[in-house]
Order: sequence, then structure tokens, then C-alpha cells
Amino acid sequence: MIKERIIGHAVSVLSAALLAAFPAAAQTVEERLATAEAAIGNAQTAGDNAWMLVCSALVLMMTGPGLALFYGGLVRRKNVLATMMQSFIMMAVMTVLWALIGYSLSFAKGNPFFGGLDYAFLKGVGTDPSGYAATIPHLTFMVFQLMFAIITPALITGAFAERMKFSAMLLFCTLWAIIVYFPLAHMVWGDGGYLNAFLGGKIPALDFAGGTVVHISSGFSALVCALYLGKRLGYPKTQMMPHNLVLSVIGACLLWVGWFGFNAGSAVAAGGLASNAFVTTHFGAASAALGWLLIEWIRLGKPTVLGGISGAVAGLVGITPAAGFVTPMSALIIGFIAGIVCFIAVTEVKKRLGYDDSLDAFGVHGVGGLTGALLTGVFANSAINTVFKDEAGNALPSGLLEGNGKQVLNQLLAALIAIVLGMVASWIILKVVDLLIGVRVSGENETLGLDVSQHGEEGYNLDFDYVSSATLSSGSTGAAANIVHE
Amino acid sequence: MKKIEAIIRPHLLEGVKDSLQALGVQGMTISEVKGFGRQKGHTEVYRGSEYKVEFVPKVKVEVVVDDEIVEGVVESIVKTARTGKFGDGKIFVLPVEEAIRIRTGEHGLNAV
Repeated sequence: MIKERIIGHAVSVLSAALLAAFPAAAQTVEERLATAEAAIGNAQTAGDNAWMLVCSALVLMMTGPGLALFYGGLVRRKNVLATMMQSFIMMAVMTVLWALIGYSLSFAKGNPFFGGLDYAFLKGVGTDPSGYAATIPHLTFMVFQLMFAIITPALITGAFAERMKFSAMLLFCTLWAIIVYFPLAHMVWGDGGYLNAFLGGKIPALDFAGGTVVHISSGFSALVCALYLGKRLGYPKTQMMPHNLVLSVIGACLLWVGWFGFNAGSAVAAGGLASNAFVTTHFGAASAALGWLLIEWIRLGKPTVLGGISGAVAGLVGITPAAGFVTPMSALIIGFIAGIVCFIAVTEVKKRLGYDDSLDAFGVHGVGGLTGALLTGVFANSAINTVFKDEAGNALPSGLLEGNGKQVLNQLLAALIAIVLGMVASWIILKVVDLLIGVRVSGENETLGLDVSQHGEEGYNLDFDYVSSATLSSGSTGAAANIVHE
Repeated sequence: MKKIEAIIRPHLLEGVKDSLQALGVQGMTISEVKGFGRQKGHTEVYRGSEYKVEFVPKVKVEVVVDDEIVEGVVESIVKTARTGKFGDGKIFVLPVEEAIRIRTGEHGLNAV
């Protein structure tokens, strides 16, 4: 509707301009119409492309610095650099992999499970639009999707933080992208993909921005990583408090902002659907932060800052598959539920089962992603986004509340495919990497910290000339103040 | 010569320092330390995981003084660092065999 209004405006402005510029007699009506239509097309491409390039940058910001800071603050200080590096390096590794074969395996025409090699080495991916988005250059669509491929393996690193070899992590993430991520992206979003509700999938699952592809796949793979690698030395007896929650708060807020690109950008155009996804994303995060804090306050006695930011991230995860299918009011409900469910996952479930998912990649992304996928099937609304149509082209109900109860089942099946693929493949990849180079650092190196043992650096090098006490600088006793920071 | 080591509450350092200066103490060394006595620590909870923080942050003040003023210095620290609750800290008095000022090579009391 908005698009039509914009086009209407553009037509009247352009035709007025054209009338003034060219005497009517010089061109036929058809020629003038063709010129005007081309100009309208260019105007829409300019608008959509500007928006999608900004969204691409926003999604990259979620990994670096967003996730890097969020995770970096949660580990012990001896592992801060190594943890941030695990996110940062994905920005380099996945980019190269994507350019060579990743984009093709995800989005080229192929079979229902993975794409072909038509776009290998980005062959034919240029400034002309693709079948996926009619108004933006194919290159823009490619680079936007790349940013999702970067953050997904980076999310898994939260599960094996503080104990995995850097080399093993590189090999694992590369193989995981090829075996899990690219096929899954093809199944859910690719042309002819098995789970693609829009482009002729067998199981029409709704996943607006990657709840299944990104969060369920990474979250459940993360659980396998935590189980395979085993607990950190000393866990849970030794104190492993987050070393700097300030970093985590900054990281979580950057994630929140970046998520607008992730979800609203998944409309792949700057129209009303993007606005809906933007608003639902924001509402989901806010409501989930409150949900987590509320239950934490009741159950554990204090509302913590870490709880608030964890809740916001859980809500963002939960609303991701739903963002372009549900109303803003539904988003408030989805977020609230995701916040509470994820709280239970990371506090009660983790404690009961005893695995060491160090930074709760499974508890937040796996559980939050599954919650969001199922709730999308409940709350999806055909007035927001018409997915299913009858033969006459009339809208059919989308979700359970509209009367399409089967959609919850579709959502569950798609989630199960992602879960099984992610978990089985992750275990096999870990086994292979373990046999080849070993996945875990030695006990000595783990105690020393990954910063020094893997990278030969430290996050915080304190200067011994540094004197911080205002007490001593005010008086002149003549004695040097030796403030030794532990 | 005696060395006086006082472990005190960090926020009371300013008052202790002023009182010692008033007694003519020429210099001191302080360190940020952690420890526990009868004041137990507290509990912190991160995503539901409870951590007992047993070591409480304190400041250790070290001064070396003439035997004659040891009692006065100790009294003054007790007065300025006391709140009457668990966690006020401890004072230890140790004998010092020798003191040397590095700049001049002076020995004994002249060096402190």
C-alpha cells in the first residue's frame, strides 16, 4: 500500500518533470511511459539498495564488535582476547569461504537440500537483480546473506569458550559451515529448498530471518560441542565469574541495534514489511528483558544486569523467525515467553544436566530459537504477510491462532531437521577434527589461558608506573605508592 | 625500629593516613589486598550460578617507625580504622633489623 503510494507520487512528479523537459510532440506516449517506468524502477532500487547495504553493515556489527564484546566480557580475563578472536576471525574466514563456494551452495539452484555451483566464485553475481530480490543488485543480496553466515558459527563459540584450540576451532567452523549451514540456508531460503514456504518447499516452514537456520542450528550444535569437549578444568567447583560485564552490556546493546538489520533487513526491501519486522524485533527484545528479570528477581532474589541483557538477546532470538509474520502485540508475548523459557534453560536445565555450555550458546540460541520457531507457527498472521493462498489468490490463514494449526507442526518438523542435522554433523566434525589435530588445549595451556597459549598476547597489560589512588596524590608524604593490581 | 602492618577497610585509608602524618610518620606503603577473617564474604549470582566471594578487598598499610612512637601509631590506627563491626582488620607489629635509604646510603632511623 505504501509502496503504491510512493510509486503514485513518483509517477506524478516524474510526469510533470518530463512534460516540462520535453515538448509533447517530440516523443510518442509509449516512449515517454517507458522512460518514466525506468525512472521509477531506478528510484525504488536506489531506496531498497541503500537500506539493504546499511542492514548488511548492521548485521556485520552484530559479530564484531557485538558478539565479540558480549562473549569477551563473560569469560575470565586470561581468555578475553581468544574469545573475541573466535568471533572476529569468522568475519574473515566465512567471507572468503562464502565468496568461493558458500553463496553458491546456499542460494544457487540445486536439489532441495543444497545448492549447485552456478554461483561458485560469484560467477554471474553482479549488479543486476536476482530472483531472490527484484529491486536490489544481486551483489547486495549476496553480501547481506554473507553476514548471517558469519555470525552463525561465531554463536557456537560460546559453548566451547576457554578450552578449544584455535586451529581446531577454525577447522571445525569451516567444516560446519559447509556441512550444516550452507545446506540449511538452502533448504529454508534457497530456490526450491525443502523447507521454503515461498519457493515451493515440501514442508512450508516460516523462518523470517533465521530462527531455524541461524539460532536452532548453532544452538543445538553448541550443545554437542559442550558435551564433546567436556567441562572446563575445575568447573563447576572453581570460580569462573565473568571478568568484565561492562563489555558484555555494550556487546548486548550492539547486538540489539544490529538485529534491526538482521530482521528488518530480511524483508529485502525498504517497505512496510521491514517496518513491521523492525518494530516486532524491538518489542520482542524489550519484553524478553523484562520477562527474564522478573522471573530472576522472584526466583533468585535480585534482578541482575547480566540477566537483563541475556533476556534481551533471548527475545531477539525468539522473535527472529517471527519478525515478518506477526503483529507487534504478538511480539510482546513471544519475547516475554522466550525470556522466561531461556532463563529456565540456563539456570535450572543446565544445572540439572551438568554440561558446561560456558556462555550459554545452547540455552539462549538453541532454546530461544526453538521457542521462537514454534511460537511463529502460533502467532503468524496473514494480514502481516500472506504466505499461503488458495487457487483464486485469496489469503489463507498462516498460524494456529488464525486457524492453521498444522503450521505449528511444520515449524516443529523444520526445527527437528535443523536439530538433527546440526547435532549429528557437529559430532562427526568434532570427531574428525579431534583425530586430525585435537580439539582441546592441554591442561597446562588451559590454566595459563588461551590468550597467551594460543595467541601469545594478553588482553590487559597494566603499566606499573600507573598510580590510581587519589588518596595518595593529594598528600605529599614523599613515599611512593605501590598499588599492585592483582 | 618496628614495622607496623595494618589491614584496614579501604574507604578508611584517608583518615588513617592523615592521623599518621599528624604523628610525624614520614612515609608509608599501601597495597590493595584481599583476605578474610571473621567477616565472611558475600554471594554473587551469574545466570543462576552462585559464586561465594570469600576474599574481601582490604588495604594494607605498612609503616616503619621509631620504637617510641609505636604505641601512639597503633592507637591512632585503631581509632581511625574502627567501625566496631566484623571486618575492621588487624594490626601487626614486627621488629625491623635494619633500614637503608637507597639514595644516600643512610642507615637506621635516619633512613625511615
